[in-house]
Amino acid sequence: MNKNGSVGIVTTKYFTFAEPPDPLVIESGRALSQVTLAYETYGTLNRDKTNAILVAHALSGDAHAAGFQEGDSTPGWWDVMIGPGKAFDTDRYFIICSNVIGGCKGSTGPSSRNPLTGKPYGLDFPVITIADMVEAQRRLVDHLGIEKLLCVTGGSMGGMQALQWVASYGERVRSAIPIATALKHSPQQIAFDEVVRQSIMADPAWRQGEYYEYGQPEKGLAVARMIGHITFMSDQSMEEKFSRKLKNGQYNFDFAADFEVEGYLRNRGDSFVRRFDANSYLYITKAMDYFDLSGGRLIPNGNVLPTRFLVISFKSDWLYPSNQSQEIVRELKMKQADATYCELPSTYGHDAFLLEVEEQTTLIRHFLDKTFNGYHVANDNGI
Amino acid sequence: MASNGIRLDHRIICRIVEPESRVLDLGCGNGDLLYLLAREKGAKVQGIEVNDSAIYECVKRGLSVFHGDIESGLAEYPDRSFDYVILNQSMQEVKKIDWLIGEALRIGHQIIVGFPNFAFIQARFMLFFRGKAPITPSLPYCWHDTPNIRFLSIGDFRDFCREKNLRVREAHCLGKKGIIPFWPNLFALNAIFVVTK
Repeated sequence: MNKNGSVGIVTTKYFTFAEPPDPLVIESGRALSQVTLAYETYGTLNRDKTNAILVAHALSGDAHAAGFQEGDSTPGWWDVMIGPGKAFDTDRYFIICSNVIGGCKGSTGPSSRNPLTGKPYGLDFPVITIADMVEAQRRLVDHLGIEKLLCVTGGSMGGMQALQWVASYGERVRSAIPIATALKHSPQQIAFDEVVRQSIMADPAWRQGEYYEYGQPEKGLAVARMIGHITFMSDQSMEEKFSRKLKNGQYNFDFAADFEVEGYLRNRGDSFVRRFDANSYLYITKAMDYFDLSGGRLIPNGNVLPTRFLVISFKSDWLYPSNQSQEIVRELKMKQADATYCELPSTYGHDAFLLEVEEQTTLIRHFLDKTFNGYHVANDNGI
Repeated sequence: MASNGIRLDHRIICRIVEPESRVLDLGCGNGDLLYLLAREKGAKVQGIEVNDSAIYECVKRGLSVFHGDIESGLAEYPDRSFDYVILNQSMQEVKKIDWLIGEALRIGHQIIVGFPNFAFIQARFMLFFRGKAPITPSLPYCWHDTPNIRFLSIGDFRDFCREKNLRVREAHCLGKKGIIPFWPNLFALNAIFVVTK
């Protein structure tokens, strides 16, 4: 067990904005009214409001990043990193995590009730982008009365949101820690997402997205998630975890799950169906595919950013390989931004950002400390 | 080679660097030199380093560093991004020296090159009398376990600069405890050159 503490029992809060006649106009030009964000906070906002850190979640994450919800035995998705004495130290910092719009964990998404029809949006929900997610978060940060964030961070799609914050509101971000992410989705990443979407849409139970009265397109969504899990691991981590181990010690000579890896994927697929909305999976993967801050869009020309960067990648991550993180750093170097890049050794593949606690903690704790305390106080005890 | 715990070569480089300069250290190790330059000269510093644990040390000190080898990490820097590009005790480990020095002079106004002198008297003795590959305080490695792939003398580097039309602005030749004023190619362990185009 981790020697450091937990933030304890937490509750999810809700913030609703964009009440008519003042809707949220999104990147596609369409408008959304009555947008709700589910969010949690940990730690205490200081008097000057200078210690706020926004944590952004990945594809299937939610606002519950740390601690335990009443009655739960498993903690939030990044509990190893958020808490007293941990990388994002709640004794020092105020941590905010919200569910993205388009999601299905309390924030407005395709499974939410459309105020115009009184029924779930389904495919009437507009296609959203990472910039739209960030725009909604910006409203929440304003609502909390925070002018400048000490840091925006996240892994995978969370890292994209961190980068988008820099592109959209760079002057409000003192530091960014994008982890295992990319400046833009590559054709390979888009291809995986397309297979994922096709497997959902090919399930007759999907019903063009109007399945809410009947139940989820379980088969399609489960296969979609199985594909995802393959891309989150590495060949080495799969070898270590499963090798060619058999569930019953012998071949069954049928199409039941012989191998442990098959059982694992089926299991993950089935449990995902119970916790995640199929349409949200379509919308969020699309938002990731549209993401592209290359070609000078990360830092507009002529701007000298005050933001410091810590860019982290993992050696065995082939879904968001190190060269994509290096592309982010190249962009930052060209704009003469203050950037540190580390490639951490890990065999976990893309999942490493959730699992490699020790090295990430060392890097992030020191980086935040220097950002928070100012690192240009000259002479004896710092730089 | 230390005074107040600070290495002689670092003290010399610290004297060379103008206050408030922008500095890039190629092969910055655990960041000792960059930390010194930031602290003593208020320099705006960055480093490139390939070693994992050295990188963690740099981040602990609040230094901005790029994890990678120095040959692959330079292309993106705009021309003249830095006042100084430092290659201290790292040049002898690099394959494409000519290209690297060219790149360093593109992104920096001046380069500071520090390297061990292969023509140091002890090295000459070892080779001449004992017939063995030299091991000296500045070249401490055994032939089969060394990061060095280039073996050059102070005289060699002067020739190189002449050949490539590079201007040597300063040259400091160092012994164990201080500057070597006479016959440096024979008596100096290390050299630090400040070079411009």
